Amino acid sequence: MLVEIRFHGRGGQGAVTAANLLANAAVREGKYAQAFPYFGAERRGAPVVAFARISDEPIQTHSRIEHPDIVVVLDPKLFELANVTEGLKENGIVIANAREKPDVGETFKVYCVDATSIAQSIGLVVSGWPVVNTVMLGAFARATGLVKLESIIEAVREQFPGKIGDLNANAIMKAAESVREC
Amino acid sequence: MVVKTLTGNYAVAYAVKLARVNVVSAYPITPQTTIVEKLSEMIEKGELNARMIRVESEHSALAAVYGAASAGARAFTATSSHGLLYMHEVVWWAAGSRIPLVMAVVTRAIGPPWNIHVDHQDILDQRDSGWIIAVAQENQEVLDLTLQAFKISEDPRVYLPMMVGLDGFILSHTTAPVDIPDQELVDSWLPPRRQPYIIAPESEVVMGNIAPDEDHFMMRYSMAASMEAAKKVIEEVDREYGEIFGRSYGGLVECYKCEDAEYFVVIMGSWAGDAKKAVDTLREQNVPVGVVRIRFVRPWPREKLLEILSGAKGVLVFDRAVSMGSTGILFSEVAQTLYPLNISLKGLVAGLAGVDVGPSRIEAEILKFIKQTEEGAIYTPTEWILPEKYAGRYPSSPKEVIAK
Repeated sequence: MLVEIRFHGRGGQGAVTAANLLANAAVREGKYAQAFPYFGAERRGAPVVAFARISDEPIQTHSRIEHPDIVVVLDPKLFELANVTEGLKENGIVIANAREKPDVGETFKVYCVDATSIAQSIGLVVSGWPVVNTVMLGAFARATGLVKLESIIEAVREQFPGKIGDLNANAIMKAAESVREC
Repeated sequence: MVVKTLTGNYAVAYAVKLARVNVVSAYPITPQTTIVEKLSEMIEKGELNARMIRVESEHSALAAVYGAASAGARAFTATSSHGLLYMHEVVWWAAGSRIPLVMAVVTRAIGPPWNIHVDHQDILDQRDSGWIIAVAQENQEVLDLTLQAFKISEDPRVYLPMMVGLDGFILSHTTAPVDIPDQELVDSWLPPRRQPYIIAPESEVVMGNIAPDEDHFMMRYSMAASMEAAKKVIEEVDREYGEIFGRSYGGLVECYKCEDAEYFVVIMGSWAGDAKKAVDTLREQNVPVGVVRIRFVRPWPREKLLEILSGAKGVLVFDRAVSMGSTGILFSEVAQTLYPLNISLKGLVAGLAGVDVGPSRIEAEILKFIKQTEEGAIYTPTEWILPEKYAGRYPSSPKEVIAK
């Protein structure tokens, strides 16, 4: 089965890294995966997207994802700034960095996690920006069951060894505990 | 052997490391930059014992590795688009001097208007230069092909430089699982570089000097002969690589679901994957279609294509590069190959500047072509698939603007 995922973030927030880490985690479980950015003329702070595919079989296609099964939204403001549910499949899943349910209509399954507060509470902040991308992957793993939490943590630790890896692992677990359908 | 999720660019870097390259030189350009960034990191960490030569331009980058290779080093560079055009003079120098080298070309549109996304205009602009030119479909193939490039380029029957193309962003910045072979196995398969002479300060050899016209002529003749010989070497290396590392790609071309096919899509690069997906769907509806993926543009796989396509009812060529004033570049190559045969033939120019062409569009084009052919063989050299945004209308021409 092929699952297509779109990440929405703001330039510098790590949407591309999140997509890459998710692919890495899936490959660790023997699945096939692909992650890719879309580069327009974005600058730090502007809305950006990144994509991932996870499948039990080798992935042939390289075209853009028009109809994702899941969208992950890294910043609550993006619900106002971008059309985050564009093309999302009916009964698609939204995983939101949000305290309360964002206004995306009633047809999607929506999960909320306050990733910003989790990152801030454990000091996962870089240049004043709470690091929410890895946190959201913890919520993703728990909400979808597509990849194991351990695989996400392993992928994150590979890219960010040492103390930063520990902080991220901690945040990922906290996100998995607190993510709720909303 | 270890499986890592790597971008296409990192797959290149890992292959270069496995090939124990001695000298790397490059100038940054999107989307190539992360190849040499990774190599630089490998050198800095002591994982790769090589010299990184920093230069002020792509022209100098290729000149630096060309010099290093002339002196006997295994050398590598990488570039894209405008960087490759800026190198163009040295591209010819390296091939004409018969210096084995490997260069990764992260394929990207040529401006203006400025664009960083994929098409094949840059790499195909080099096709007459005497380099072996190959283009990969997937990140795994990027690694395998880059490794093979050293073996092919340095083979005494070939002795020509080789470019390995990988699609900008679509492969260069996309992560996918890549199986990295063991160093010992690579060492046992890829011998140290050998060359008939080296140019060093104490050696009594000159290169690039003015030569009698007849000698120049004969150099060209010998390059052409080596290009022909390279066909056999490429097939050999692909087979041998398969036996040792477990992956073969079909040599000069890959044939997908060709056995009982009556119609064929000819395509090159990452979107061949989308064509395969389209063919999978059509095969479920009993449409007899296959994909011929061009892996090597130079040497052009004439004999192999004739073998595959001579019984075809129709051949549909997808081009991601166009020769202005003529046709898509692959189309003209395919057309001259099939010249004596009466086969329905159509060329599509699409996907320039990274404009997305997915499996459903390819599927529709195949069905349209089959329908046209069933009404009588056609010969349509160029049809453009316009981006959705512009479907059915053209931007203003200078004449219209002046008239206003």
